[in-house]
Amino acid sequence: MALWTFFGLASGKATTHWPHKGDDHGQHGVLGMPRYVPDACRAGCADCAAACPSGAIVAAEDGKGIALDYGRCVACQLCTEACPATALQPSGDWAFGVRARDDLRWVADRPVASQGGRLPTGFRRSLHIRHVDAGSCNGCESELQALNNPFYNLHRLGIFFTASPRFADLLLVTGVVTEPMLAPLKATYEAMPKPCWVMAAGTCAVSGGVCCGGCNAGHGLEGVLPVDFWLPGCPPNPAAIIEALLAFAGRLPQRVRGGHCDGR
Amino acid sequence: MKGCEAVRAAPEDMPGIARALHAAGGRLQMVYAWQPEPGQTELCYVGYPQGGGKFLMWRCRPRADAPSLAAIWPALGWYEREIMDLFGLVFSRHPEPNRLVLAPGVPPPFAAAGRDAGQRAADVPRPLPELVASGVQVLPFGPVRADVTESAEFTFFYTGEQILHYHPHLFFKHRGMEARFHGVAPAAAVVLAERVSGIGSVAHALAFCHAVEAAAGCTPPPRALALRVLLAEMERLVSHLHYFGHLAATTTLKVGEAEGKLLEERAKQILGRLSGSRFGRGLLTPGGLRRDLPATGWLGPALAALEEETSRYLARLERSASHLDRLIGTGMLSREVALDQGATGPVQRASGIDRDLRRDHPYAAYATLPLEVAGATDGDAAARARVRAAEIAASFALLRHLLGALPPGPVRTTCAPEPGTEGLGWAESPRGTLFHAVHLGADGRLSRVKIKSPSFSNWRVFPFTVHETNMMDYAINEASFGLGVAGCAR
Repeated sequence: MALWTFFGLASGKATTHWPHKGDDHGQHGVLGMPRYVPDACRAGCADCAAACPSGAIVAAEDGKGIALDYGRCVACQLCTEACPATALQPSGDWAFGVRARDDLRWVADRPVASQGGRLPTGFRRSLHIRHVDAGSCNGCESELQALNNPFYNLHRLGIFFTASPRFADLLLVTGVVTEPMLAPLKATYEAMPKPCWVMAAGTCAVSGGVCCGGCNAGHGLEGVLPVDFWLPGCPPNPAAIIEALLAFAGRLPQRVRGGHCDGR
Repeated sequence: MKGCEAVRAAPEDMPGIARALHAAGGRLQMVYAWQPEPGQTELCYVGYPQGGGKFLMWRCRPRADAPSLAAIWPALGWYEREIMDLFGLVFSRHPEPNRLVLAPGVPPPFAAAGRDAGQRAADVPRPLPELVASGVQVLPFGPVRADVTESAEFTFFYTGEQILHYHPHLFFKHRGMEARFHGVAPAAAVVLAERVSGIGSVAHALAFCHAVEAAAGCTPPPRALALRVLLAEMERLVSHLHYFGHLAATTTLKVGEAEGKLLEERAKQILGRLSGSRFGRGLLTPGGLRRDLPATGWLGPALAALEEETSRYLARLERSASHLDRLIGTGMLSREVALDQGATGPVQRASGIDRDLRRDHPYAAYATLPLEVAGATDGDAAARARVRAAEIAASFALLRHLLGALPPGPVRTTCAPEPGTEGLGWAESPRGTLFHAVHLGADGRLSRVKIKSPSFSNWRVFPFTVHETNMMDYAINEASFGLGVAGCAR
């Protein structure tokens, strides 16, 4: 053990300073949700909608433009390749956590996101999470597990995963919600002391993602539990999860409004 | 079916064929069902002859019940139960006719008319032993377990520290992924393949693309084949580094855990920068890659730095007596059980079965690359860890060789399988043998995709190393297998 301690100390600090300072969030080059530029969209073309595997893009009925729901997007980038113009562009926009499900649906006039539903002050500085996998591909778990590696070191932000739902403030759900997981999921929620909150993490938990409609598979958390925060992504990367947790706690601003990330 | 040598067989001849294959030193690996026409169910058995060679397939169309082969090849037991659950076809004299993927009472979603599996002896979820002695405690653990884990329920029968019997129930997460492929165009379905098992995204996409390419008879250009190896080996590094961080956690080697997980993170960040996805998603497509990878000048030095740190880390694990003490002799898996129950990947290689699809059934650019296949014969947790450590070194060596000689040229060719064609594709995922069998319909879209994931095989084997062991070793043994639930449940 002494050996490990010595080499551990000698290798120095591995933890990033982000999000407090700097931009070393570890996601350089990682692609996020496609960015929609309606001015470049060609009327009558629906190539992106045809390419979308999860129903996130639907051609508008009047033939002009598209209806885009980031809550269904799995960031597969197929639409950015199918678009004959530059109306859908690859981007690094992955911080897509929102309070209201509607903020994931693209609208032209960028409404101001609702500011309601903030955590009471007493919960903001130390958040305890119970995670439940309700039928994921293990991608979301892989990224959630990464939060406790030395690079992200989630504990430094006062955020902890707990073993028992009895100690948890937030239920973080991943996966499409399969039929057999429905009862264990609800039992976990019932076991949490109230008030408690629910976050849908990953596109499967938000809307069902690509698994939606499979035999035995549900369509995410909508109508299953009262969701307080939505984080699409396939999977959301660890930095996106950290931003979402801090935004949920009211410690960072929500970056997406009406489908526009950072006002773009 | 392209990609294998397929022959027709009568259902009643299958036991004889299975016994002959066993006697000749070959291996039967899986069986799956599909419906070539409405109301008709076909069984496809996949195996390989002694010494490797082409994959073999026997296809038969049972009119009534099919004979169970589980007594000859125990590994087929789970495949047959899955077919009973999903297709309503009954395998006669099955030793464990219990439900596997679906809960009791759920009707088979793909049953041919008139079949409802009503003849099954026991429509109960799991074959648990009957408890007659007092003093034996039963612990059902899960499906929601401590920490961030995948959902699964483990049932322990134990007295004190001693586990008498162990049973995992792994299908809470069954999402019906195979059925999701139905009616999807082959190129679009790669997105689904990448989401069968997130930690095996590249391997699943690769096996699926191979199957579609076999059906179409197309070969991707050399640069695409080389870049596929690059992605697949990066995925192996991420997976194996995660394995060591997790294994160190179970032996309570805290700094070893932190360092392993940090190395995994570094590998993930390299993969993210290289491919745009920390899981290597969004690049593979039938016929090659969707786009060329950007300039990779930074990749060589980044991998060299990771390799140096990794080899120091693995050497330190080998010098940690407290860690090794918990691994040596833990979770013994004999060669015989590994073979009969269908162990795969590093698990079978640690039990003396020298098999690696990258060498034995080469795909992508592996045939042109120097690949050292690691092996061991001890069959314990230490052997499984050492095989993975050697595979990490081999992956780095492969990557170094590959980056020095990346062929130029295009990365994509046309791949349009004819309607009604079929193909078998495979890949050696970090966890072992992975098959995708693809059948196209008359409309050129997918009519059936069967996915055989490595964890489906290794979860079947794992309980045989748990019965009659003790509670304190359980987590270590489980970590030493490196199992995933999503790929198993699909």
